[in-house]
Amino acid sequence: MPKAGSRRSRRRFSVEAFVLLPMALAGTVALAEPPLQPYAVVGDSIPRPLTGQPGDPDAGRRIVADRQEGLCLLCHSGPFPEQPLQGDLAPALDGAGERWSSGQLRLRIVDARRVSPGTIMPSYYRTQGLVQVAPAFVGRPILTAEQIEDVVAYLATLRR
Amino acid sequence: MPMPRPSASTTYEKSRTSTRHPLALTIILSTALLALSPAQAANLTDNRRSGYAFMGPPLRAMQDDDMTNPASLWQRDGETLWAEPIGEAGRSCADCHGDAASSMRGVAARYPAFDRTMNRPIDLEQRINHCRTAYQKAGPLAFESHDLLALSTHVARQSRGLPIAIENSKALHPFLAMGRSLFHERQGQLNLSCAQCHDDNAGRSLGGATIPQAHPTGYPLYRLEWQGVGSLQRRLRNCMSGMRAAPYAFGAEAFVDLELYLMWRANGMPMESPAVRP
Repeated sequence: MPKAGSRRSRRRFSVEAFVLLPMALAGTVALAEPPLQPYAVVGDSIPRPLTGQPGDPDAGRRIVADRQEGLCLLCHSGPFPEQPLQGDLAPALDGAGERWSSGQLRLRIVDARRVSPGTIMPSYYRTQGLVQVAPAFVGRPILTAEQIEDVVAYLATLRR
Repeated sequence: MPMPRPSASTTYEKSRTSTRHPLALTIILSTALLALSPAQAANLTDNRRSGYAFMGPPLRAMQDDDMTNPASLWQRDGETLWAEPIGEAGRSCADCHGDAASSMRGVAARYPAFDRTMNRPIDLEQRINHCRTAYQKAGPLAFESHDLLALSTHVARQSRGLPIAIENSKALHPFLAMGRSLFHERQGQLNLSCAQCHDDNAGRSLGGATIPQAHPTGYPLYRLEWQGVGSLQRRLRNCMSGMRAAPYAFGAEAFVDLELYLMWRANGMPMESPAVRP
Protein backbone atom coordinates (compact mmCIF):
# COMPACT_ATOMS: atom_id res chain seq x y z
CA MET A 1 0.00 0.00 0.00
CA PRO A 2 2.36 2.72 -1.17
CA LYS A 3 -0.23 5.46 -0.98
CA ALA A 4 -1.26 4.77 2.58
CA GLY A 5 2.38 4.40 3.57
CA SER A 6 3.33 7.77 2.21
CA ARG A 7 0.38 9.40 3.90
CA ARG A 8 1.36 7.79 7.15
CA SER A 9 4.94 8.97 6.86
CA ARG A 10 3.78 12.51 6.11
CA ARG A 11 1.54 12.43 9.14
CA ARG A 12 4.33 11.05 11.26
CA PHE A 13 6.54 13.92 10.17
CA SER A 14 3.99 16.50 11.28
CA VAL A 15 3.44 14.71 14.58
CA GLU A 16 7.19 14.70 15.14
CA ALA A 17 7.31 18.43 14.51
CA PHE A 18 4.76 18.88 17.30
CA VAL A 19 6.54 16.54 19.67
CA LEU A 20 10.15 17.43 18.96
CA LEU A 21 9.88 21.21 18.96
CA PRO A 22 8.56 21.47 22.53
CA MET A 23 11.05 18.78 23.55
CA ALA A 24 13.88 20.87 22.11
CA LEU A 25 12.57 23.92 23.95
CA ALA A 26 12.16 21.91 27.15
CA GLY A 27 15.74 20.71 26.60
CA THR A 28 17.01 24.23 27.16
CA VAL A 29 15.18 24.27 30.50
CA ALA A 30 16.46 20.80 31.33
CA LEU A 31 20.01 21.99 30.78
CA ALA A 32 19.55 24.68 33.42
CA GLU A 33 17.62 22.37 35.75
CA PRO A 34 19.15 18.91 36.12
CA PRO A 35 16.59 16.14 36.55
CA LEU A 36 15.66 15.12 40.09
CA GLN A 37 17.85 12.54 41.79
CA PRO A 38 16.08 9.22 42.33
CA TYR A 39 15.53 8.35 45.97
CA ALA A 40 14.15 5.39 47.90
CA VAL A 41 11.66 5.71 50.73
CA VAL A 42 12.03 3.19 53.54
CA GLY A 43 9.22 3.39 56.10
CA ASP A 44 8.88 7.10 56.94
CA SER A 45 12.41 7.89 55.92
CA ILE A 46 14.80 8.44 52.99
CA PRO A 47 17.87 6.87 54.60
CA ARG A 48 20.35 7.64 51.80
CA PRO A 49 21.43 11.24 51.03
CA LEU A 50 20.33 12.73 47.70
CA THR A 51 23.92 13.70 46.84
CA GLY A 52 27.41 12.24 47.18
CA GLN A 53 28.60 15.26 49.16
CA PRO A 54 27.64 15.62 52.83
CA GLY A 55 25.40 18.65 53.56
CA ASP A 56 26.79 21.86 55.00
CA PRO A 57 24.91 22.84 58.19
CA ASP A 58 25.90 26.53 57.93
CA ALA A 59 24.54 26.76 54.39
CA GLY A 60 21.46 24.91 55.65
CA ARG A 61 20.85 27.48 58.37
CA ARG A 62 21.01 30.29 55.80
CA ILE A 63 18.50 28.49 53.55
CA VAL A 64 16.08 27.84 56.41
CA ALA A 65 16.19 31.48 57.52
CA ASP A 66 15.78 32.87 53.98
CA ARG A 67 12.16 33.86 53.36
CA GLN A 68 12.58 33.57 49.59
CA GLU A 69 14.67 30.42 49.42
CA GLY A 70 13.79 27.93 52.15
CA LEU A 71 10.52 29.66 53.08
CA CYS A 72 10.63 27.62 56.32
CA LEU A 73 10.04 30.52 58.73
CA LEU A 74 6.81 31.48 57.00
CA CYS A 75 5.21 28.52 58.80
CA HIS A 76 7.77 27.37 61.39
CA SER A 77 9.59 29.15 64.18
CA GLY A 78 13.07 28.22 65.27
CA PRO A 79 16.25 29.36 67.01
CA PHE A 80 16.69 32.48 64.84
CA PRO A 81 16.88 35.46 67.20
CA GLU A 82 17.78 37.73 64.25
CA GLN A 83 14.49 36.88 62.50
CA PRO A 84 11.62 38.65 64.29
CA LEU A 85 8.89 37.44 61.89
CA GLN A 86 8.30 33.72 62.21
CA GLY A 87 5.23 31.60 61.52
CA ASP A 88 3.14 29.42 63.80
CA LEU A 89 1.32 27.21 61.29
CA ALA A 90 3.65 24.30 61.93
CA PRO A 91 5.72 22.84 64.79
CA ALA A 92 8.78 24.79 65.96
CA LEU A 93 12.04 23.56 64.46
CA ASP A 94 13.76 23.64 67.86
CA GLY A 95 14.85 20.12 68.76
CA ALA A 96 14.02 18.74 65.28
CA GLY A 97 17.29 16.82 65.27
CA GLU A 98 16.28 15.07 68.47
CA ARG A 99 12.80 14.16 67.31
CA TRP A 100 13.77 12.85 63.87
CA SER A 101 16.61 10.99 62.24
CA SER A 102 18.30 12.55 59.20
CA GLY A 103 16.42 10.13 56.97
CA GLN A 104 13.09 11.09 58.52
CA LEU A 105 13.92 14.79 58.15
CA ARG A 106 14.89 14.18 54.51
CA LEU A 107 11.53 12.59 53.63
CA ARG A 108 9.63 15.33 55.47
CA ILE A 109 11.38 17.94 53.31
CA VAL A 110 11.38 16.00 50.04
CA ASP A 111 7.73 14.94 50.18
CA ALA A 112 5.90 15.44 53.48
CA ARG A 113 2.68 14.28 51.80
CA ARG A 114 4.01 10.72 52.00
CA VAL A 115 3.81 10.97 55.77
CA SER A 116 0.73 13.15 56.04
CA PRO A 117 -1.40 13.52 52.88
CA GLY A 118 -3.32 16.61 53.96
CA THR A 119 -0.32 18.55 55.24
CA ILE A 120 0.24 22.20 54.29
CA MET A 121 3.98 21.44 54.10
CA PRO A 122 5.03 21.66 50.43
CA SER A 123 7.00 18.85 48.82
CA TYR A 124 10.38 20.49 48.32
CA TYR A 125 11.70 17.99 45.81
CA ARG A 126 8.94 17.54 43.32
CA THR A 127 8.20 18.91 39.85
CA GLN A 128 5.38 16.67 38.60
CA GLY A 129 1.64 16.69 39.18
CA LEU A 130 1.52 20.40 39.98
CA VAL A 131 -1.14 22.80 38.66
CA GLN A 132 -0.81 26.38 37.35
CA VAL A 133 2.88 26.67 38.28
CA ALA A 134 4.38 30.11 37.53
CA PRO A 135 6.65 29.93 34.46
CA ALA A 136 9.76 30.83 36.47
CA PHE A 137 9.30 27.69 38.61
CA VAL A 138 8.15 25.13 36.05
CA GLY A 139 10.30 21.99 36.17
CA ARG A 140 12.18 23.26 39.24
CA PRO A 141 11.91 21.77 42.73
CA ILE A 142 11.68 24.29 45.60
CA LEU A 143 15.17 23.30 46.73
CA THR A 144 17.92 21.41 44.89
CA ALA A 145 19.25 18.08 46.13
CA GLU A 146 22.34 19.88 47.50
CA GLN A 147 20.24 22.46 49.33
CA ILE A 148 18.07 19.75 50.87
CA GLU A 149 21.16 17.95 52.16
CA ASP A 150 22.38 21.27 53.63
CA VAL A 151 19.03 21.77 55.39
CA VAL A 152 18.97 18.18 56.69
CA ALA A 153 22.53 18.64 58.02
CA TYR A 154 21.46 21.85 59.79
CA LEU A 155 18.21 20.48 61.26
CA ALA A 156 20.09 17.46 62.59
CA THR A 157 22.13 19.86 64.75
CA LEU A 158 19.00 21.27 66.46
CA ARG A 159 18.89 19.75 69.88
CA ARG A 160 17.26 21.20 72.92
CA MET B 1 -22.96 -8.02 69.52
CA PRO B 2 -24.27 -4.66 68.35
CA MET B 3 -25.31 -2.25 71.07
CA PRO B 4 -29.09 -2.11 71.48
CA ARG B 5 -30.41 1.20 70.22
CA PRO B 6 -32.58 3.21 72.59
CA SER B 7 -36.21 2.86 71.68
CA ALA B 8 -38.04 5.83 70.25
CA SER B 9 -40.20 6.08 73.34
CA THR B 10 -37.26 6.48 75.76
CA THR B 11 -35.81 9.28 73.66
CA TYR B 12 -39.20 10.93 73.55
CA GLU B 13 -39.66 10.63 77.34
CA LYS B 14 -36.23 12.13 77.91
CA SER B 15 -36.82 15.13 75.68
CA ARG B 16 -40.25 15.61 77.18
CA THR B 17 -38.96 15.80 80.73
CA SER B 18 -36.08 18.19 79.88
CA THR B 19 -38.31 20.67 78.06
CA ARG B 20 -41.46 20.49 80.05
CA HIS B 21 -42.49 24.01 79.11
CA PRO B 22 -41.18 24.51 75.58
CA LEU B 23 -43.13 27.75 75.10
CA ALA B 24 -41.72 29.28 78.28
CA LEU B 25 -38.23 28.32 77.19
CA THR B 26 -38.71 29.94 73.79
CA ILE B 27 -39.94 33.14 75.41
CA ILE B 28 -36.98 33.26 77.79
CA LEU B 29 -34.53 32.65 74.94
CA SER B 30 -36.01 35.24 72.60
CA THR B 31 -36.11 37.83 75.39
CA ALA B 32 -32.43 37.17 76.03
CA LEU B 33 -31.70 37.59 72.30
CA LEU B 34 -33.63 40.85 72.10
CA ALA B 35 -31.44 42.31 74.84
CA LEU B 36 -28.42 41.97 72.50
CA SER B 37 -27.58 44.28 69.62
CA PRO B 38 -27.98 42.73 66.15
CA ALA B 39 -24.19 42.49 65.83
CA GLN B 40 -23.89 40.68 69.16
CA ALA B 41 -26.73 38.36 68.25
CA ALA B 42 -25.05 37.50 64.95
CA ASN B 43 -21.81 36.75 66.80
CA LEU B 44 -23.55 34.07 68.86
CA THR B 45 -23.79 31.80 65.82
CA ASP B 46 -21.45 33.39 63.31
CA ASN B 47 -17.73 32.71 63.59
CA ARG B 48 -16.91 34.67 60.46
CA ARG B 49 -14.54 37.57 60.99
CA SER B 50 -13.57 40.30 58.58
CA GLY B 51 -9.89 41.23 58.25
CA TYR B 52 -10.92 44.28 60.31
CA ALA B 53 -11.19 42.04 63.38
CA PHE B 54 -7.51 41.09 63.05
CA MET B 55 -6.27 44.71 62.90
CA GLY B 56 -5.15 46.93 65.76
CA PRO B 57 -6.99 50.10 66.89
CA PRO B 58 -4.87 52.56 64.83
CA LEU B 59 -5.66 50.86 61.51
CA ARG B 60 -9.33 50.48 62.43
CA ALA B 61 -9.49 54.19 63.22
CA MET B 62 -7.81 55.00 59.90
CA GLN B 63 -10.48 53.00 58.05
CA ASP B 64 -13.46 54.29 60.00
CA ASP B 65 -12.88 58.00 59.45
CA ASP B 66 -13.21 59.27 55.87
CA MET B 67 -10.81 62.07 56.77
CA THR B 68 -8.00 59.61 57.56
CA ASN B 69 -8.94 56.78 55.19
CA PRO B 70 -6.50 57.22 52.26
CA ALA B 71 -8.99 55.55 49.90
CA SER B 72 -11.17 58.66 50.26
CA LEU B 73 -8.84 60.32 47.75
CA TRP B 74 -9.76 57.67 45.19
CA GLN B 75 -13.42 57.88 46.12
CA ARG B 76 -13.50 61.65 45.58
CA ASP B 77 -11.85 61.26 42.18
CA GLY B 78 -14.53 58.69 41.42
CA GLU B 79 -17.21 61.16 42.43
CA THR B 80 -15.78 63.65 39.92
CA LEU B 81 -15.57 61.03 37.16
CA TRP B 82 -19.17 59.98 37.91
CA ALA B 83 -20.37 63.38 36.72
CA GLU B 84 -18.05 63.76 33.70
CA PRO B 85 -19.64 63.31 30.24
CA ILE B 86 -17.45 60.93 28.19
CA GLY B 87 -17.39 58.86 25.02
CA GLU B 88 -19.18 59.34 21.74
CA ALA B 89 -22.45 59.40 23.63
CA GLY B 90 -21.20 62.35 25.66
CA ARG B 91 -22.93 60.94 28.70
CA SER B 92 -21.83 60.77 32.30
CA CYS B 93 -22.67 58.02 34.80
CA ALA B 94 -24.89 60.55 36.54
CA ASP B 95 -26.89 61.22 33.37
CA CYS B 96 -28.39 57.73 33.67
CA HIS B 97 -27.92 56.85 37.35
CA GLY B 98 -28.33 60.24 39.02
CA ASP B 99 -26.87 60.64 42.48
CA ALA B 100 -24.75 57.60 43.33
CA ALA B 101 -25.61 58.01 47.02
CA SER B 102 -29.11 56.75 46.27
CA SER B 103 -28.84 54.83 42.97
CA MET B 104 -25.70 52.87 43.93
CA ARG B 105 -26.76 52.15 47.50
CA GLY B 106 -26.28 48.41 48.08
CA VAL B 107 -25.18 47.69 44.50
CA ALA B 108 -21.57 46.67 45.27
CA ALA B 109 -22.89 44.35 47.99
CA ARG B 110 -24.60 42.31 45.25
CA TYR B 111 -21.55 41.89 42.97
CA PRO B 112 -20.38 39.75 41.18
CA ALA B 113 -23.89 39.44 39.73
CA PHE B 114 -25.29 37.45 36.84
CA ASP B 115 -25.26 39.35 33.56
CA ARG B 116 -27.69 38.13 30.93
CA THR B 117 -25.77 39.49 27.93
CA MET B 118 -22.58 37.73 29.07
CA ASN B 119 -24.54 34.72 30.34
CA ARG B 120 -22.27 34.56 33.37
CA PRO B 121 -21.46 36.60 36.49
CA ILE B 122 -19.44 39.80 36.09
CA ASP B 123 -17.79 41.82 38.84
CA LEU B 124 -18.20 45.50 39.65
CA GLU B 125 -15.21 46.57 37.55
CA GLN B 126 -16.56 44.68 34.54
CA ARG B 127 -19.99 46.20 35.14
CA ILE B 128 -18.51 49.71 35.05
CA ASN B 129 -16.62 48.93 31.85
CA HIS B 130 -19.73 47.43 30.31
CA CYS B 131 -21.57 50.69 30.97
CA ARG B 132 -18.73 52.64 29.42
CA THR B 133 -18.58 50.63 26.21
CA ALA B 134 -22.31 49.94 25.75
CA TYR B 135 -23.92 53.22 26.86
CA GLN B 136 -21.24 55.89 27.00
CA LYS B 137 -19.55 54.62 23.81
CA ALA B 138 -16.18 55.05 25.46
CA GLY B 139 -13.25 52.62 25.71
CA PRO B 140 -13.00 50.30 28.70
CA LEU B 141 -10.71 51.36 31.54
CA ALA B 142 -7.69 49.13 32.21
CA PHE B 143 -7.93 46.90 35.29
CA GLU B 144 -6.21 48.56 38.28
CA SER B 145 -6.03 51.90 36.43
CA HIS B 146 -6.57 54.88 38.70
CA ASP B 147 -9.85 55.86 37.05
CA LEU B 148 -11.40 52.40 37.29
CA LEU B 149 -10.38 52.07 40.95
CA ALA B 150 -11.70 55.58 41.61
CA LEU B 151 -15.08 54.73 40.09
CA SER B 152 -15.37 51.33 41.76
CA THR B 153 -14.36 52.86 45.11
CA HIS B 154 -17.01 55.57 44.71
CA VAL B 155 -19.68 52.99 43.87
CA ALA B 156 -18.63 50.56 46.62
CA ARG B 157 -18.57 53.38 49.20
CA GLN B 158 -22.34 53.65 48.77
CA SER B 159 -22.73 50.14 50.23
CA ARG B 160 -20.69 50.73 53.36
CA GLY B 161 -22.40 49.17 56.36
CA LEU B 162 -24.91 47.23 54.25
CA PRO B 163 -24.92 43.42 54.33
CA ILE B 164 -23.29 41.54 51.46
CA ALA B 165 -26.16 40.10 49.44
CA ILE B 166 -25.11 37.76 46.64
CA GLU B 167 -28.30 36.55 45.04
CA ASN B 168 -29.23 32.91 45.55
CA SER B 169 -30.12 32.28 41.93
CA LYS B 170 -29.86 29.00 40.04
CA ALA B 171 -28.01 30.78 37.24
CA LEU B 172 -25.11 31.50 39.60
CA HIS B 173 -24.80 27.98 41.01
CA PRO B 174 -22.40 26.52 38.42
CA PHE B 175 -20.11 29.55 38.81
CA LEU B 176 -20.25 29.29 42.59
CA ALA B 177 -19.31 25.63 42.28
CA MET B 178 -16.38 26.55 40.06
CA GLY B 179 -15.25 29.24 42.52
CA ARG B 180 -15.49 26.77 45.37
CA SER B 181 -13.42 24.19 43.53
CA LEU B 182 -10.76 26.80 42.68
CA PHE B 183 -10.66 27.79 46.36
CA HIS B 184 -9.91 24.20 47.32
CA GLU B 185 -7.59 23.34 44.42
CA ARG B 186 -3.90 22.99 45.21
CA GLN B 187 -1.78 25.04 42.85
CA GLY B 188 1.62 26.51 42.14
CA GLN B 189 5.09 25.20 42.91
CA LEU B 190 4.19 25.23 46.63
CA ASN B 191 1.07 23.16 45.80
CA LEU B 192 -1.21 24.99 48.25
CA SER B 193 -4.92 25.78 48.15
CA CYS B 194 -6.61 28.97 49.33
CA ALA B 195 -8.51 26.85 51.87
CA GLN B 196 -5.38 25.49 53.51
CA CYS B 197 -4.44 28.96 54.73
CA HIS B 198 -7.71 30.87 54.92
CA ASP B 199 -9.96 28.08 56.26
CA ASP B 200 -7.59 25.76 58.11
CA ASN B 201 -5.10 28.30 59.48
CA ALA B 202 -6.94 31.63 59.70
CA GLY B 203 -5.82 33.70 62.67
CA ARG B 204 -2.37 32.10 62.69
CA SER B 205 0.86 33.86 61.75
CA LEU B 206 2.29 33.32 58.27
CA GLY B 207 5.80 34.73 58.63
CA GLY B 208 4.52 37.37 61.01
CA ALA B 209 1.35 38.30 59.06
CA THR B 210 -2.01 37.19 60.47
CA ILE B 211 -3.92 35.04 57.99
CA PRO B 212 -7.47 36.39 57.58
CA GLN B 213 -10.56 34.29 56.80
CA ALA B 214 -10.74 35.56 53.21
CA HIS B 215 -13.97 37.54 53.46
CA PRO B 216 -13.72 40.29 50.84
CA THR B 217 -15.84 42.75 52.78
CA GLY B 218 -13.90 45.91 51.97
CA TYR B 219 -12.84 46.00 48.31
CA PRO B 220 -11.62 48.09 46.66
CA LEU B 221 -9.37 48.81 49.62
CA TYR B 222 -6.29 50.75 50.62
CA ARG B 223 -3.41 48.47 51.54
CA LEU B 224 -0.41 49.93 53.35
CA GLU B 225 1.78 47.37 51.59
CA TRP B 226 0.59 48.71 48.22
CA GLN B 227 0.61 52.36 49.22
CA GLY B 228 -2.55 52.56 47.19
CA VAL B 229 -6.03 51.27 46.47
CA GLY B 230 -6.40 47.90 44.76
CA SER B 231 -9.07 45.46 43.71
CA LEU B 232 -9.84 42.00 45.06
CA GLN B 233 -8.29 40.52 41.92
CA ARG B 234 -5.02 42.30 42.71
CA ARG B 235 -5.11 40.68 46.15
CA LEU B 236 -5.86 37.26 44.67
CA ARG B 237 -2.93 37.67 42.28
CA ASN B 238 -0.66 38.40 45.27
CA CYS B 239 -1.73 35.15 46.93
CA MET B 240 -1.18 33.19 43.72
CA SER B 241 2.31 34.67 43.31
CA GLY B 242 3.00 33.66 46.92
CA MET B 243 2.07 30.08 46.05
CA ARG B 244 4.36 30.42 43.02
CA ALA B 245 1.38 29.92 40.75
CA ALA B 246 0.86 31.77 37.48
CA PRO B 247 -1.79 34.37 38.33
CA TYR B 248 -4.85 34.45 36.07
CA ALA B 249 -5.15 37.56 33.91
CA PHE B 250 -7.20 40.44 35.28
CA GLY B 251 -10.83 39.87 34.35
CA ALA B 252 -10.35 36.12 33.84
CA GLU B 253 -13.49 34.06 34.38
CA ALA B 254 -11.70 32.02 37.05
CA PHE B 255 -11.13 35.21 39.06
CA VAL B 256 -14.75 36.30 38.83
CA ASP B 257 -15.91 32.81 39.89
CA LEU B 258 -13.55 32.98 42.86
CA GLU B 259 -14.74 36.49 43.75
CA LEU B 260 -18.33 35.28 43.54
CA TYR B 261 -17.65 32.32 45.84
CA LEU B 262 -15.82 34.50 48.37
CA MET B 263 -18.57 37.13 48.42
CA TRP B 264 -21.20 34.41 48.74
CA ARG B 265 -19.37 32.99 51.77
CA ALA B 266 -19.45 36.51 53.22
CA ASN B 267 -23.18 36.96 52.60
CA GLY B 268 -24.71 38.99 55.42
CA MET B 269 -21.41 40.45 56.63
CA PRO B 270 -21.34 44.26 56.48
CA MET B 271 -19.54 45.98 53.60
CA GLU B 272 -16.58 48.10 54.71
CA SER B 273 -15.57 49.52 51.33
CA PRO B 274 -13.22 51.18 51.03
CA ALA B 275 -11.43 49.30 53.80
CA VAL B 276 -7.86 49.77 55.03
CA ARG B 277 -5.59 46.75 55.46
CA PRO B 278 -1.93 46.29 56.39
